[in-house]
Amino acid sequence: MNSQSSTTLRWFPAFMASGALLLLAVLMLGVQLSTENTELVVYLAASERWHLILAGAVLVFLVQLFRNPISAFWQGAKKHNPLPQVQLPSLDDNKPLKRLLISFAVAGLMVWPFFVSRGAVDLATLALIYVMLGLGLNVVVGLAGLLDLGYVGFYAVGAYSYALLSQYFGLDFWSCLLIGGVMAAFFGFILGFPVLRLRGDYLAIVTLGFGEIIRILLNNWTSITGGPNGISQIPKPTLFGLEFSRRAKEDGNVPFHEFFGIDYSSGYKVIFLYILALLLVLLTLYIINRLLRMPIGRAWEALREDDIACRSLGLNPTAIKLSAFTIGAAFAGFAGTFFAARQGFISPESFTFIESAIILAIVVLGGMGSQMGVILAAVIMTVLPEFAREFQEYRMLMFGLMMVLMMMWRPEGLMPMKRPHLTLKDHPSDKKDDASVNRQPIAESV
Amino acid sequence: MGEAGFYFIQQLLNGITIGSTYALIAIGYTMVYGIIGMINFAHGEIYMIGSYVAFAVLAGLALMGVDSIALMLAAAFIISIIITSTYGFAVERVAYRPLRNSNRLIALISAIGMSIFLQNYVRIVQGSRDIAMPSLITGGWTFGPADEFNVTLSYMQVVIFIITFITMTLLTLFISKSRMGRACRACAEDLGMTRLLGINTNQVISLTFIIGAALAAVAGVLLGLYYGVINPYIGFLAGLKAFTAAVLGGIGSIPGAVLGGLILGVTEAFTAGYFSSEYKDVVAFSLLVLILLFRPSGILGKPEVEKV
Repeated sequence: MNSQSSTTLRWFPAFMASGALLLLAVLMLGVQLSTENTELVVYLAASERWHLILAGAVLVFLVQLFRNPISAFWQGAKKHNPLPQVQLPSLDDNKPLKRLLISFAVAGLMVWPFFVSRGAVDLATLALIYVMLGLGLNVVVGLAGLLDLGYVGFYAVGAYSYALLSQYFGLDFWSCLLIGGVMAAFFGFILGFPVLRLRGDYLAIVTLGFGEIIRILLNNWTSITGGPNGISQIPKPTLFGLEFSRRAKEDGNVPFHEFFGIDYSSGYKVIFLYILALLLVLLTLYIINRLLRMPIGRAWEALREDDIACRSLGLNPTAIKLSAFTIGAAFAGFAGTFFAARQGFISPESFTFIESAIILAIVVLGGMGSQMGVILAAVIMTVLPEFAREFQEYRMLMFGLMMVLMMMWRPEGLMPMKRPHLTLKDHPSDKKDDASVNRQPIAESV
Repeated sequence: MGEAGFYFIQQLLNGITIGSTYALIAIGYTMVYGIIGMINFAHGEIYMIGSYVAFAVLAGLALMGVDSIALMLAAAFIISIIITSTYGFAVERVAYRPLRNSNRLIALISAIGMSIFLQNYVRIVQGSRDIAMPSLITGGWTFGPADEFNVTLSYMQVVIFIITFITMTLLTLFISKSRMGRACRACAEDLGMTRLLGINTNQVISLTFIIGAALAAVAGVLLGLYYGVINPYIGFLAGLKAFTAAVLGGIGSIPGAVLGGLILGVTEAFTAGYFSSEYKDVVAFSLLVLILLFRPSGILGKPEVEKV
């Protein structure tokens, strides 16, 4: 297929490609179907669309025609002028500085909401929920290498646990946070136990089916879950029993503002929810980072890299996968409980496959396995659509496209995960002597 | 035969109707999986596009004043197959070929991205609401006593049986007799070896996607006419069901896909008929989980050996 000469014009592929594009577009982009008075009618689409199709066809034609010269030029340009490699400054060998920076960042995140608008804090809370979900799924997909397409099912379990328990048994947020996490973990365990013996892509489909089953059950079990109408008036979390409403709902309870003798403001509730979400995210990060340094965390990654080698070293793959699956599910459960408390209303609508796909896109965009990457991606994915509201329609289209393009150009994500590695420090003397002899490992970092 | 018997036969007929269209879509999954070992997640969307193209053709012909049903059907099938195959070809070329040698997970994520992209592309271009069409083929035969439950076999169902049968026969002939079909089978056996023997495997893989998409288009036309309503989201569930059918029969095996499709269709029809139609999807997915647990290689599949 690839022609050798850099000047050959590719007439045939160019005609084929633009012809194919026309075929793809004519009956899809080029016409508009609609139902009028029970009759199916079809119109030619607006002329702008046809201009778009023709422009696209011409563009594809030209690109294909001149592909050889273009790629030759590109190669030449790269050779003469290599793109600068961007490298983030590494903090690996400066532990105190790293700690200091992290504490400053956390302190900044804690104080920040008091100076900005309510809407911004609310958006940040949503972003934090996605950070939590992304980090949880990252354990399953990024670290253990198990493609879970039904992650939203566990999220739903967490959310509905809180909603149902508070509605029927009057349990409060804090005990339900634990119960929601445990319930989701339990579901993860029950589902994972049989299916984790399956090979990767089967697992993806089974988990997808599981997510759908949960949603259909919630939708149809109307007597308990309210069906498509969902559950409303889910109580908000309290601060050691202090409510954030204007008046206490239960007798004997004092609202937050009365207790501290300040004026009532609905902003406190928003900030409280934000800080709660932030604490949950920090807890999640802490737990996952601890686990990663334990044998179990190492085993997840080892298993992802080579299943058979792991087994020959005496590790039990099913048990290891199950632990990753269960722990990932537990975080989804926490996130779900918090989501239910924040929204005050949940319905099966919030737990469709698309939600799973968005969380997966966050993990993929950030870089599978990379926690900083996942956090960054979650923030981008939640905040960016707010700035581009006029493109709201195209959001999912862009998600899909981005997933394909990322896999092609940068499958390791925006901020690739750092493997445990040895850093070689360049001594000034190395430059004079034979470097390979004098170099010795200085520090191990993860 | 009492009323219960007639009811049973009716559910069976409905099940076989739906099942045979699942089988058509499932063949696309199974052929692609058999050759490159990848789940073509976007296949369901390809089927949905087939439905849309068919509706556009039918509406266009009606607008031009064509009123011969046979002519309309033939045009809908031919144009839908051509355009949908182009979609299948393009998807493989754009989203899968560059990732052919990478990790399975990466190819699967790309396929999921492609599926989301196609679904939203159709949603944006054609709108997200249902598009309905009055049935083209009406009427049917009714059996049974006049005052009891009757079995109805509609002409549309007969058309589905006949067209599915013809398509399957053509496919079997193609795979078993033609030169390209032999190349397909060789690729499924050992892709690397086939390439060494001088067969253009890229071409064979493209052809596999084209055949799969063409069969999905046939299913799209048939189901579109059968239900009379389409929307951009039908591809997701249909794709999932068809994949279940492919796994049920043993992924990689074409007769298995047909068998799996029929079993799944009949199971669903019985669930809807005797239990509740809301839970028929739950039963379908539970069937998938159960099959994977107890016989991961499916009914007619060969167990896969993992190599170092």
